[in-house]
Amino acid sequence: MRISCPYCGERSLDEYLYIGDATVTRPDPAGANAQADFYKYAYERTNPAGAHKELWYHSAGCHAWLVVERDTRTHEISSVETAKDVALKRNVAKGGA
Amino acid sequence: MLIDHYSIWNVLRQSLKGHTGWKPAWREPEPKAEYDVVIIGGGGHGLATAYYLAKRYGITNVAVVEKGWIGSGNVGRNTTIVRSNYMLPGNIPFYELALQLWEGLEKDLNYNAMVSQRGILNLYHSDGQRDAYARRGNAMRLHGVDAELLDESQVQSMYPWFDYDNARFPIKGGLIQRRGGTVRHDAVAWGYARAADRLGVDIIQNAEVTAIRIENGRATGIETKRGFIRAKKLALSVAGNSSRVAAMAGLKLPIESHVLQAFVSEGIKPFIDGVVTFGAGHFYISQSDKGGLVFGGDLDGYNSYAQRGNLPVVEDVLEGGMALMPRIGRVRLLRSWGGIMDMSMDGSPIIDKTPIDSLYLNAGWCYGGFKATPAAGLTFAHLIARDEPHDTARAYRLDRFATGRMIDEKGMGNQPNLH
Repeated sequence: MRISCPYCGERSLDEYLYIGDATVTRPDPAGANAQADFYKYAYERTNPAGAHKELWYHSAGCHAWLVVERDTRTHEISSVETAKDVALKRNVAKGGA
Repeated sequence: MLIDHYSIWNVLRQSLKGHTGWKPAWREPEPKAEYDVVIIGGGGHGLATAYYLAKRYGITNVAVVEKGWIGSGNVGRNTTIVRSNYMLPGNIPFYELALQLWEGLEKDLNYNAMVSQRGILNLYHSDGQRDAYARRGNAMRLHGVDAELLDESQVQSMYPWFDYDNARFPIKGGLIQRRGGTVRHDAVAWGYARAADRLGVDIIQNAEVTAIRIENGRATGIETKRGFIRAKKLALSVAGNSSRVAAMAGLKLPIESHVLQAFVSEGIKPFIDGVVTFGAGHFYISQSDKGGLVFGGDLDGYNSYAQRGNLPVVEDVLEGGMALMPRIGRVRLLRSWGGIMDMSMDGSPIIDKTPIDSLYLNAGWCYGGFKATPAAGLTFAHLIARDEPHDTARAYRLDRFATGRMIDEKGMGNQPNLH
């Protein structure tokens, strides 16, 4: 398994650190259900057998945070984006800046 | 008449008849329409649960439903080590119960599981690590579990050929649990299967579960490739795939599936007579009775259901081995493989009821599931039969992540790939 960093190109797996599920987002600590929402954010995982969006950190490279979509049954990678681009798109979708 | 009991006399008698008179170790029944308890997962835990349900709790109308053949998952893919060298209060009594059950297992099941208490030695490489191991050993002894802190000369007398003067990771001593050791993993599945079958449990193979039926908040049965099976109580024991099966009941678990690799070398003459772990990296090793060196290391570290891993971890494991015992460098690797671990969010398992009535969960075993097999089976059976947790498994609650009662031996928090 090798990951293509958008900045550095295709690099070996041992240049990267795995953080985990990229689909969970930090809830509003002032929200009405903050306690329950933080439990879900911190602990509950879909853990799919199949396509999985996940955060990787290019620690021995450019230090970029990446969102990688990978099949957990075959380890095949279908897309790599910087986490920043993913966050920007999410904000646009929400109607934010 | 077919012979059932395994003994030296029956082996001798059968050897005269070409071993044609043995009763099959388990039946291959057609599934009944309904059972008191249906256990999903014919691995070590599921089969042990069925056995203890029948033997200790008198519930014999039980089915174990397995997607492939029994023992084809993690019970046949681990490195066969048993031990109870844990530190935290919720864990020590549980794993000690498991070790005590291992000690009596073969008589209990009338099955040779090759339980070998050859000792497990955890090496330390610095003063700080020695102090941490002394603390762990003391915690174990306070719970009545055997532990002994060895200095360098004591370890040298056991294994004179380790690399004690390694410039980076000199060996300073070790913590040994002499009652720890290895058990033949396949035989555990087969032994429990045979013993459960004799008590009336139906073992139903090649019956992958495709859906869980829930009526009015209560689990009532499962759709399988061999038809619908109704269940008064339904028990999940499918570590590695817990999230997938629980999702059929609409549950989301605090678990990620990760791949852990293991390795075996070509068979060689007697080389290492105990289980040894390297304290400065992640490497552990023992030798099977066939002569192969069985060893492993860390998780690959990313979500996976693939049952195979990648090369960086292979390199890391082998480097650890070479740092500890350079003489393995000329042994050839025979094969390597991966198993899928239910990595929970605190590194400890879950044996609990679920928010759905009559649905019970045994999951989150990380890479400690094999050694726990007898105790997991016994305590899970207790929970199913009595609807309350067994005393030694009370801490393994599903809601502990929400209430802050985590059991985190390594202190890593909710980062499953670091446990």
